[in-house]
Amino acid sequence: MAATVTNTEGVATAIGGGPRSRGGNGFQKNGGGRDGQDGEPLRFTPERYRIGVWMAIASIVMLFTALTSAYIVRSASGNDWQPIAMPKVLWLSTLLIVISSVTMEVSRRSLKQQQDARYGRWLIITVALGLAFLGSQIIAWRQLVRQGAYLASNPFNSFFYLFTAAHGLHLLGGIMALSYLLLRTRQRRSTIDGELRRVGAADSATIYWHFMDVLWVALFFLLFFWK
Amino acid sequence: MAEATHDEGHRHPAPKGFIRKYIFSLDHKVIGIQYILLALTAVVVGMIMSVLMRVNLSWPGSKWSILGTLFPTGAPGGVMSDSFYLSLVTMHGTLMVFFVLTTAPQGGFGNYFLPIQIGAEDMAFPVLNMLSFWVTFVGFIVLLTAILAEGNLTVGAWVSKLGASFAGGTGTVGPIGGWTGYVPLSALGPIAGPGQGAGVNLWIISIAIFCVGSLLGALNFITTLLNMRTRGMSLMRMPLTCWAWFTTAILALLSFPVLLAGGILLLLDRIAGTSFFIPGGLFVSGNLVPQHTGGSPLLWQHLFWFFGHPEVYIAILPGMGATSHVLSTFARTPIFGYRAMVFAIFAIGMLGFFVWGHHMFISGMSPYSAVAFSILTLSIGVPSAIKTFNWLGTLWGAKIRFTTPMLFAIGFVSLFVAGGITGLVLGQTSLDFFFHDTYFVTAHFHLVMGVASIFGMFAATYFWFPKMFGRMMNETLGKLHFWITFLGVYAIFIPFHAMGMLGMPRRYANFGEYAFLKNAHSLVLFVTVAAIITVAIQIVFYFNFFWSMFKGKKATDNPWEATTLEWTTATPPPHDNFAGVIPTVHRGPYEFAVPGAPRDFVMQTEPEAAEVAAELGDRSGNGGNGHKH
Amino acid sequence: MGRALGIAIWVITILSVLMFVTKHWWFPESISEHGPAVDHQFMITIIVVGVSFAAAQIGLGWVVWKYRDSASAQRATYSHGNNRLEVIWTIVTAVIFISLAVMGQRVWASLHLNAAPPGSYQIEVVAQQFAWTFRYPGKDGVFGRTDPSLINDEGQNFVGLDETAPNAKDDIQVSTLVIPANQPVELILRSKDVTHSFFVPQLRFKQDLVPGMKIPVHFTATKVGKYELACAELCGMNHYKMKSFMLVLPKEEFIELTNLPPAQFLIRKDELMAKYQLPQY
Repeated sequence: MAATVTNTEGVATAIGGGPRSRGGNGFQKNGGGRDGQDGEPLRFTPERYRIGVWMAIASIVMLFTALTSAYIVRSASGNDWQPIAMPKVLWLSTLLIVISSVTMEVSRRSLKQQQDARYGRWLIITVALGLAFLGSQIIAWRQLVRQGAYLASNPFNSFFYLFTAAHGLHLLGGIMALSYLLLRTRQRRSTIDGELRRVGAADSATIYWHFMDVLWVALFFLLFFWK
Repeated sequence: MAEATHDEGHRHPAPKGFIRKYIFSLDHKVIGIQYILLALTAVVVGMIMSVLMRVNLSWPGSKWSILGTLFPTGAPGGVMSDSFYLSLVTMHGTLMVFFVLTTAPQGGFGNYFLPIQIGAEDMAFPVLNMLSFWVTFVGFIVLLTAILAEGNLTVGAWVSKLGASFAGGTGTVGPIGGWTGYVPLSALGPIAGPGQGAGVNLWIISIAIFCVGSLLGALNFITTLLNMRTRGMSLMRMPLTCWAWFTTAILALLSFPVLLAGGILLLLDRIAGTSFFIPGGLFVSGNLVPQHTGGSPLLWQHLFWFFGHPEVYIAILPGMGATSHVLSTFARTPIFGYRAMVFAIFAIGMLGFFVWGHHMFISGMSPYSAVAFSILTLSIGVPSAIKTFNWLGTLWGAKIRFTTPMLFAIGFVSLFVAGGITGLVLGQTSLDFFFHDTYFVTAHFHLVMGVASIFGMFAATYFWFPKMFGRMMNETLGKLHFWITFLGVYAIFIPFHAMGMLGMPRRYANFGEYAFLKNAHSLVLFVTVAAIITVAIQIVFYFNFFWSMFKGKKATDNPWEATTLEWTTATPPPHDNFAGVIPTVHRGPYEFAVPGAPRDFVMQTEPEAAEVAAELGDRSGNGGNGHKH
Repeated sequence: MGRALGIAIWVITILSVLMFVTKHWWFPESISEHGPAVDHQFMITIIVVGVSFAAAQIGLGWVVWKYRDSASAQRATYSHGNNRLEVIWTIVTAVIFISLAVMGQRVWASLHLNAAPPGSYQIEVVAQQFAWTFRYPGKDGVFGRTDPSLINDEGQNFVGLDETAPNAKDDIQVSTLVIPANQPVELILRSKDVTHSFFVPQLRFKQDLVPGMKIPVHFTATKVGKYELACAELCGMNHYKMKSFMLVLPKEEFIELTNLPPAQFLIRKDELMAKYQLPQY
């Protein structure tokens, strides 16, 4: 029973979320309905990926909250807290990641409008910006090392390296996810299920990417201004 | 991956080949069994360690030649050294809390049965599921490496090449800082004494890996439960096991990252010279420690216990869910107060995030916050009491079938009351002056975590074994296992309270130094004898488990006459759980003794037309959605 | 099986309760001013605990006995619960537990939310792996300056006293805690290396000693005698024998002792240690 994509309107509403009483609201009380076009009860919905990525975000938020409260406690616990001047290249980092959020959003909307080529192109730009961001982080690190500001030099330094490394690692994960999208899901899929997954994956990756951006801005404020 | 077409939810066809079927399987059922087997392995090691501890405490200085052979430096001449004892304490705790109580209840039974009980074909993210198990397994191997690095001089010497803080080969079975790893003892490295070298680094890395595995699993559970329930399976029609797994997953999702953060900071203090936790001005083992300054030892405790307290609820909630489920099934009556039970599970879970300071009353933290933590702590007793009343209420007016799983479920209630009730003592700041770090604490947490939780797992095992393996476990052996274990655990842990009353401190390798512990000796011996018997009888369980897998009586699809979705499908379930026929749920999970129904149980999938119970019978307002919805 | 299980649960309950009721293994006698209040709060709590424990277990044993399956075709009672009961037992439990919680703060507050009373005798406690050092200010009543770099364990300078500093010459470092009876004592707790914990069971008092912190605590001992002091926080392999003593002296003996110069202090202290005995256990 091959279900080919003949009813694009159905697919589009499923992707866009549709009215809440229809497909895919997992928070629905009376059984997670997912009565799709065929009446099949268990069709995949993009909600699945969305919930997954929000849960991942929740746990990453807890990680950084723990590190932030350690940062705050530690700043008060000894008298060796010596904030240093942040390398100016970090302003570039911020600019790069904010722009990358914009490009990611352009990419996602292209996909929603079923412009696969445009989706792919802006995805590549986003990945490039992400890599550039990581590059700027490494530049910042090298600057600090040249100044003699090492991981263990003083607690502010320790947190600086730790926060940027932790964020960078998670961003790298995001870059890997975007690369997966580039390699595996640039093309339209031949089934409703496959297409829902493709779009759901892009949606969720976008949410994650925006989160990385917001997280960076929060860390930036913490390290630059709350000392 | 193949683009499956007709059953859209089932994305991967049944695997072929031994590796894909049993090793790197994406099937939640196989992964669940893998977790259970991991736990069954870890618990044996943990139990052996506990017997060794008991033996050392009861007959200090006695020679055990096998120890002398295996650990010539840690147990020279077969006599356990004090650091060897402490390494047993540490590894026993770590293995049991992480690799037994955080694997089998959730990753084991939860993985196997959550999807089936909600009518799904698999977890939301099967690849992530597989990864979560194998990451956990890697964490286990790294922990075993910690044992080797400390216990074996050759391996220890080899690991020492990694750096100064990796000094190993002290002859013990691992680090000696306790499973709680308080700083600065665990942060200073080998200068703080033997057992503070490689073992600690590997222990931290193992736990960090475990955190990641747990987080992957938690994400999967929550998504699956929210997104993949079958038609008619509303949240309030889910079995209480599902509610328990759901809450546990939320707790894990939010607490493990904090432990991970703490572990990273601790590792950095040890190997990178940072001072998150290590203050300045230290003088350790005859030397100043100038390279550290300004750190806060209490910060570690806050991070650790912010995780550590939800962790103990992670350990017990699935057991509570299983107990409710099994009690209702074999009492042949609905669970008493389904809504209240859901509320209580959630309340315990959420309150559990606000009480971590009760581990730290006398730690030097603000005495004002101690007061706040104390009052919040005693409030957690309220939802726990609600659950107990509801279990008793379930059994009231019941028609109890005393199968082995039922015995263990009843045992859970008894043990949970025994262990939980002393929380009223320990949660009060004024009483903590005496009881902190005494055996009274050890009594409390062993009864709830180490026994009640395990009884929940035993109940789950005996209950679901037929569905998982298609054969029944032997009832006679099961009952023997229950009786000796039940009496045995009481014989072990009730006396621990008495030891605590004397003021006996925890983590003492030997009680001979203090006159005030003179009267403990008879207790110590009694407990050791009980422990040896209780541990020994577990052999019966292992035998029953593995033998029945191949030789047990063949099981029907619903041998217990239970009502939930796993009993509607074949035994064992097919690869996609329901052979392509997705169930539709019409009623709640505990419809037993429904007046007017042809049998004393009505399955969740039974459409309403078949019975007339809705208007009769139910006097409560506390509907568990047994009726039309 | 139901009967056997019911009986087993009741027997376990009776034995457990007896273990407490006979007080065969019990706290050692309290010797502090706040001790009786702690013991009293414990009694109230353990009675609530005991009654709840016994009631729940007896209830469990009873339902397990009474409602065991019989051959009759009659079914169990079909009930999804009882909301009124839920509300009642929730409220009752909450009232009891919260009351206990509030009552359980009183002694804690008296010791920790108030500063040491004026006239408290100050003693510094320094813990290390695996020994205790107690420092007395000597006749001048003032503690001399210390510095970790001056620590010399072999030379008996455990606290790192700066001998050249004013007020330091008469400071006394001793391995036994000596305190006066019926006078408030303020201990300033600190640690040289890892976290330790000060515990004297008879005192009904325990406090961690945390490196990097100076934690003041106070209490008043009311009974003269010699008592054991144990470390109550895992500090390394000799944690179980990090032992010392607390000597509670009559006021005059205490004043006489603490006015002695260091060398004579130690000699006199040994005499007093021999004079007083540990309690009978």
